[in-house]
Amino acid sequence: MSAFVFLVEHDRGAIAETTLGGLRAAREVAAAARLDLHAAIPGTSGDALADEVATHGPAGIHLLHHELLDDYGPDAWAAGASQLADSLGATAVAATGTDRGNEVLAHLAAVRDEAMVANCLTVSVGADAWEMTRVRWGGSLHERSSLTGDLKLLTFAPHAREPEPVGAGDASTATFTPTLDAVHATTVVRDRTETAAGVTLATAPVVVSGGRGVGSAEGFAPLEALAARLGGVVGCSRVVTNNGWRPHSDQVGQTGTVVAPDLYIACGISGAVQHWVGMMNAKHVLAINTDAQAPMVTKADWAVVGDLETIVPAILAEIDRRHG
Amino acid sequence: MRVLVCVKRVPAPGARIVLNEDRRSIDTALLGFAVSPHEECAVEEGVRIVEQHGGSVTVLTLGPPEAEEQIRAAFAVGVHAGARIEAGPEDPDPVATARAIASAVQGLEGAAGPFDLILFGNESADSGGYQVGIRVAHALGRPIVSGIKAIEIDDGAMTVQRPTPQGAEVYELPLPAAVAVREGINLPRYPTLKTRLSAKKTPIELVTTDAAEGGQRMIELVPPPEDTSSVQILGDGPEAAAAVVDVVEQLVSL
Ligand SMILES: Cc1cc2nc3c(=O)[nH]c(=O)nc-3n(C[C@H](O)[C@H](O)[C@H](O)COP(=O)(O)OP(=O)(O)OC[C@H]3O[C@@H](n4cnc5c(N)ncnc54)[C@H](O)[C@@H]3O)c2cc1C
Repeated sequence: MSAFVFLVEHDRGAIAETTLGGLRAAREVAAAARLDLHAAIPGTSGDALADEVATHGPAGIHLLHHELLDDYGPDAWAAGASQLADSLGATAVAATGTDRGNEVLAHLAAVRDEAMVANCLTVSVGADAWEMTRVRWGGSLHERSSLTGDLKLLTFAPHAREPEPVGAGDASTATFTPTLDAVHATTVVRDRTETAAGVTLATAPVVVSGGRGVGSAEGFAPLEALAARLGGVVGCSRVVTNNGWRPHSDQVGQTGTVVAPDLYIACGISGAVQHWVGMMNAKHVLAINTDAQAPMVTKADWAVVGDLETIVPAILAEIDRRHG
Repeated sequence: MRVLVCVKRVPAPGARIVLNEDRRSIDTALLGFAVSPHEECAVEEGVRIVEQHGGSVTVLTLGPPEAEEQIRAAFAVGVHAGARIEAGPEDPDPVATARAIASAVQGLEGAAGPFDLILFGNESADSGGYQVGIRVAHALGRPIVSGIKAIEIDDGAMTVQRPTPQGAEVYELPLPAAVAVREGINLPRYPTLKTRLSAKKTPIELVTTDAAEGGQRMIELVPPPEDTSSVQILGDGPEAAAAVVDVVEQLVSL
């Protein structure tokens, strides 16, 4: 049987949160295509992940060893995966569609001059062409596409599938040493800056988010207070960052951060598709808006109709009254 | 410094995306057009780099004649030259797009000298293929890093940063190079009336290419499943605060 290679993503040994979901999707597609699933783990810092990866059903695990793979570099990772694919006679390579996953697969596609389909939700295997649904517009539109080529390259949308271990597994583990040179070294991470740790927008359990309706930078003070009271952080819409009221790192949406908190409180945000795709996976949405017909209101779980300038302080006062 | 910025004209939908009957395109009858915020920031970054280091910024787009509106918008914020690769109303696939852009870049460079830096948006707003810039860079033999939110150029070398949940990764690229940037790398300026008027007069070069397609074909566009949840209105105005805290208390320990 020929091979399907899945690139396991990690950062200096810390596994990427969405990579095992992608591995499961790859396992399902490989089975449908009658291909053996092989997992590639770049860099010696990833060696320790082999046991965990083995429980997700690959036939083989390949530890890609080279000093240029010790830290992340898109050219080096792509070349490692490409050379492994050749040595296995692989007909497909996939990763999860994260920043790194899409970047590495695109480099691989460019070097091999093959097509690459990003952020697939489903893949059905045909004799020659594969057919996939994929994400467009950050998720507000899907597309059906077909893919042909001797080496099929794709990424799975993050969370398209959730991880599903299949038991201890009997994957063979081997080391593979790719041939890498100065060209691949050019784009390796040189250094890192660390910012203060804390609750980040991407992982906060509660996001209190403000849009044009907040009206000014100062108008965010009550939202800050509410977020602090609820153990969350402040987010915002693009109108807000464009006006310079908040930094772009607070922006939720297609070109900002994607969030999935337990509770998303949208204050004065209309609910444009580009904002919605950034928070549609929130478990609960509360909208505060003067317009009862705003899409954010009609799509929310709960809504309060009215002026956020009086409603947010009233919520804070009510919390204080009950909880001191 | 000679800087090139590649942008794509896309519709700017509001609360819903409505498809045309052929299910291959979006109904744009009521929509405006824009470039992705990533590319707006790429244009601003190009202009800032040239303001700091001297030189010129060129904008290149592949699209129908209407896409000249997006080139003119770039002129209005300080871009010096513009070129459009002729294309039909429907997008070519990413392989053909990249081939056409790479060949156009070679043409522009042959006429006026090499670009030190080529900027792309990280991904197009509509099709989101995450690959055109990378393919172009490889075709031209230049290094590229994606997802960039800071660029510093010093003496022929470039330091760029990509944010991570913990901070940022730092890359160093020799010039000439390419970079795919993200919104947030800067806050784009607004055009003034004066720059808008002068932008109308700058000529736009037309480029034709015949780039071969790759192996990906769009079959049709599909709206994602509609969200069917129905909203519960907790009340009007500040009097709703008690009802709000009732639901919040079920989700958050206060
Ligand atoms: C390619 C592309 C990418 C984009 N990416 C993003 C993105 O990542 N994130 C993003 O957010 N947007 C993004 N946008 C922009 C998006 O289309 C909208 O323009 C934006 O989300 C609107 O922001 P808003 O809801 O704050 O403003 P508006 O749409 O103007 O809505 C303001 C809302 O506030 C309400 N309001 C006004 N005053 C009050 C008050 N006193 N009290 C209560 N409610 C009030 C109004 O009823 C209205 O519903 C993108 C656009 C494009 C084209």
